[in-house]
Amino acid sequence: MAFAHAGTATASKPGRAGMRIPYLLLLPGLLWLFMFFILPLINLAETSTKTAVAGGETGSYEQTFRLQNYVDAFSENSAQFSRSFIYALLSTLLALAISYPLAYAIAFKSGKYKNILLVLVIAPFFTSFLLRTIAWKQILGAEGPVISVLRTLHLIGADTSITATAFAVVTGMTYNFLPFMTLPIYASLERIDPRLMEASGDLYANGLTTFRRVTFPLSMPGVVAGTLLTFIPAAGDYVNAQILGNPTTKMIGNVIDSRFFRIVDYPTAAALSFTLMAAILILVTVYIRRAGTDELV
Amino acid sequence: MTRWLSKNLIRIYAALAFIYLFIPVAYTMAFSFNDSGKRNLIWQGFTFKNWLNPCGAPEVCTALGNSIKIGFLATLFATVLGTMIAFALGRYSFRGRSATNLLIFLPMATPEIVLGASLLAMFLNLGINPGFWTTVIAHVMFCISFVVVTVKARIASLDPKLEEAARDLYATEWQTFRRVTLPLVAPGIAAAALLAFSLSFDDFIITNFNSGTVNTFPKFVWVSSARGVPAQANVIGSAMFLIALAIVISAQIYSSAKARRLQKKH
Repeated sequence: MAFAHAGTATASKPGRAGMRIPYLLLLPGLLWLFMFFILPLINLAETSTKTAVAGGETGSYEQTFRLQNYVDAFSENSAQFSRSFIYALLSTLLALAISYPLAYAIAFKSGKYKNILLVLVIAPFFTSFLLRTIAWKQILGAEGPVISVLRTLHLIGADTSITATAFAVVTGMTYNFLPFMTLPIYASLERIDPRLMEASGDLYANGLTTFRRVTFPLSMPGVVAGTLLTFIPAAGDYVNAQILGNPTTKMIGNVIDSRFFRIVDYPTAAALSFTLMAAILILVTVYIRRAGTDELV
Repeated sequence: MTRWLSKNLIRIYAALAFIYLFIPVAYTMAFSFNDSGKRNLIWQGFTFKNWLNPCGAPEVCTALGNSIKIGFLATLFATVLGTMIAFALGRYSFRGRSATNLLIFLPMATPEIVLGASLLAMFLNLGINPGFWTTVIAHVMFCISFVVVTVKARIASLDPKLEEAARDLYATEWQTFRRVTLPLVAPGIAAAALLAFSLSFDDFIITNFNSGTVNTFPKFVWVSSARGVPAQANVIGSAMFLIALAIVISAQIYSSAKARRLQKKH
């Protein structure tokens, strides 16, 4: 069978037709991303400088190139902006503190159960994240088991609550994005050649030194990927703040959502979205640069 | 005792982390058996009636049906388009490679709310009413990048010697692809499809912006959470969990059995 086609093998050497193959493979997918990701962003940029038509109905806007929209949007919502980034940072750090030892244990201490444990890390994902967030609300809520136990033990007062607090929002986000942190760290730990750690031990480094000087630096790509995959969705999240928070824990996502749907203020929603995206991209670029140079040290 | 503790500290820590991960899942499952009225908040007693009648709450199965349809279509399109891009990136050198990588990375680095809001703003500007197909379009858009990354990783991990061997045995480019490359990449494509489906099925933020009046399962949960989620939603959430777990575990058993068979042959 193979011999019968031997003659055509020469024809498939990268010629003019062969050069076109990668572009043909790329075209449909990239076109999709261009139409439904890039064009909407351009459209969003255009919307962000519009102003309301004088005397027009709600939701009608005209282009006036008003950059002041950005200044207004930011100054009116600076509290929500800083809250988004602080909450996102806190939940990223918490997720890292929980995930790193977990990933380490799976990579080096789990023996033949490694694959099962990996499945268990992803498994909670299979239940809708909204259901899990609502479950946390009910577990920690006023009628839930945690509060009633703490109350009968007289550890908290009758009117203390855990839900509807900033603490609940941050722990909710930590929980939701945990696998995004664990999996990349696991992947980079798993790739480390065990001989490097042995060599470090042979050179009289103790466990802690080996970890600090060998294992941790080699796992940095996973830590960087994990922190990004946690921080980015956390900064734009509004579901946890809505379910587990109160009006004083509103994040920028809540503001964008309500500007869009309740107030029909598209320009402000657009300006806020752009500011959020720009802030995240700048932070991410700076972070990748820093992490990149740290690796070389 | 202290020596045992310090030796096993990391294992205990990991066990606690797993308990933390599974508390809400266990809670959701337990409350699917709750003999509750409309508000499924307090334990009232054990019953199978919610499992026997999962469509008992109004709208819940319409929403579930829409989520499955949207998930299936989005997975199909995103897997085909993403796999093609992954092959182009993994197997060819061409101009515009880094621009392509950037275009794949950017949607993953953009918060969902920006993806959702920008797409809806464009649809509204064009006079398109959001609904079923705008949701499918949106889901394909955010799933493509995840498919590309997953399939590309699989292509990169292939041993190039296998394809060389096929060519040495006079296989044409197409035969090599069909008989050697594609079967080897297939598990990566399957994993990518599974990932795309679960991302689509579970998506709330982008869907909420782009689905208009079409209800999906996450939207149903979100809307009903104000009044108390009915136990039927817990049944569906638990069933999805068990089905997905069964798929993943049987795939693992299948692949390790296959690996063992291959080892025996050699």
